[in-house]
Amino acid sequence: MDAELIAMQLFSGVALGAILVMVALGLSIIFGMLGVVNFAHGALFMVGAYAGLYVATLTGSFWWGLLIAPLAVGAFGMLIERVLIRPLYKRSVDDPLLLTFGLGYVLVESVRIAFGNEGMPFPTPPELSGVADLGIGYFPIYRLFVVGVVAVVLVLLWLGLEKTRFGLIVRAGARDPQIMRVLGVDVAKVWLMVFGLGVGLTALGGVLAAPMRSVDPEMGALVLAEAFVVTVIGGMGSLVGAVVAGLLIGIAVSMTALFAPEMATIVMFALMALVLLIRPQGLFGKPGRA
Amino acid sequence: MTASVHSVAQVMAGPAGRRGWRARLAAWRVPLSILVLCLLPWVLPSQALAVNVLIYGLVAVGYNLLFGYTGMLSFGHAAFFGAGAYAAGLGIGQLGLPWYAAIPFGMLVGGALAFVVGLLSIRTRGIYFSMVTLALAQLVYYTALQATSLTGGENGLRGFTVARIELFGWPVDFLDPIKKYYVLMAFAAAALWFVSRVLGSPFGAVIEAIRENETRARACGYDVERSKVIAFTLSGLVCALAGTLFALHLAIVPLDTLSIQTSGMIVMMTLLGGAGSFFGPFIGALAFLLMEDVVALWTPHWQIVVGTVFILFVLFLPKGIWGTALAWRAGR
Repeated sequence: MDAELIAMQLFSGVALGAILVMVALGLSIIFGMLGVVNFAHGALFMVGAYAGLYVATLTGSFWWGLLIAPLAVGAFGMLIERVLIRPLYKRSVDDPLLLTFGLGYVLVESVRIAFGNEGMPFPTPPELSGVADLGIGYFPIYRLFVVGVVAVVLVLLWLGLEKTRFGLIVRAGARDPQIMRVLGVDVAKVWLMVFGLGVGLTALGGVLAAPMRSVDPEMGALVLAEAFVVTVIGGMGSLVGAVVAGLLIGIAVSMTALFAPEMATIVMFALMALVLLIRPQGLFGKPGRA
Repeated sequence: MTASVHSVAQVMAGPAGRRGWRARLAAWRVPLSILVLCLLPWVLPSQALAVNVLIYGLVAVGYNLLFGYTGMLSFGHAAFFGAGAYAAGLGIGQLGLPWYAAIPFGMLVGGALAFVVGLLSIRTRGIYFSMVTLALAQLVYYTALQATSLTGGENGLRGFTVARIELFGWPVDFLDPIKKYYVLMAFAAAALWFVSRVLGSPFGAVIEAIRENETRARACGYDVERSKVIAFTLSGLVCALAGTLFALHLAIVPLDTLSIQTSGMIVMMTLLGGAGSFFGPFIGALAFLLMEDVVALWTPHWQIVVGTVFILFVLFLPKGIWGTALAWRAGR
């Protein structure tokens, strides 16, 4: 086993993890604010990938797909929050979860009707195909690009949450929506935006992931479970946790694939079981919230 | 301790005691269920549908013990259903067990799995619990997918057809759907009786107390964690039994048995029928499978209809068909 192969696999893991970070962040942001676990998150990831493919084929450019698909799916997410989830806030926490699960069912089937049951290839944009020599080995340019995009999104998200007025409201609203209402903030509007943002992030993850694999209607099921694993390991509602655990899982899966391919999918669930045993609230979670 | 348990049980039984029909219904719930199950193959459009209602209804009954009565929303019960099915199939095909030994063997494997998953997942509460059960069930799914030599991987488990069985010295043709139905039904009936006894016991009152108010149940001195693990294991045990019946019925275990779709279907059936009611799960399974059959006649995309109906139920009829009917009858 030479060092170059290990470095390449490690980097592959970072790219895989970067996608997971997008999905898990969306899940965590929505949960932290609204207290809702979006079980349609995986399906929306898949819808994002299909939307990206559709726009890219229509316009002939991957870049339009990358730009428009997350925005469109995010807007669709806002519609979901407004119409389906808002009536459930006063009810048991299980109800939004059940509803979004049913919604995931409907979304997967709708995509089957529109695009067929079979998977479709999503070609890597020509300007991003090929490999780059970084001195320690050759890396696919597209994967470098994915890591770069996710890094930029993370910085923007951090700036948005920490430095803007909207971010201030979001952080305060996550802690105490009641007080925010008393202070005259339209919390319902903030929740609408946050749900759209979370869905948009997972859709972006879907578009970014698509050229590294193909798109198929079932692609969301595994991603949903992976995102759950990441949020449980990182600590629910913790954004730092989602980023660290996402990268950790990506690297763990990738390295296992190198040494014991048949264990690759299983290893992350084993990691989650381990975290549950040692630290049920997750690596960055606050005790008592788990 | 015992006195307080009885008082909880009496409080639970209180309103039912005043409304006579409810108490009478509850007292006769097992014989009544068995009667309906006996009639099922003759009133439903096909015998294949009847046996599916029997098996999935039983899974939903097991699941209801956890979701409806203990208030824990698991998204991973396909794991126990599938484990029971795979273990029964492997028991017959690989270990050479007779069919009647394969059933307890499957229950043992499924129940043990439920015990381990229960121990891990009850370390989390509420929403986390749902996520952890889903993730652990995916672990089981991918393990079965990878262990091709044992499970057949994507092709499913094959090669354990039971064509003929001996029942107390009598040979029974197991390929005859009606005879097979009644043999399988005997096991389902025993499970229904068992679940009814559990629900009527002091333990049944404790798990309902946990559902209503976990903090208060703890303050009353009940061991909440232990009760949850027991409820989880019992629930998994019933699902595993249904899995063994499923394996005997189909003579093949598809990998899909373990999938997240199966877990979701179990949740949907339970909720459609009415979580937390004795008859709800069977009514839900019947409604779900009938809907699937009817819609599949005019579109292969029946899931879109079923999913939409489910969403509407969550929004407008969260008590399900039976729960809503009960509330409507009580409110008159």
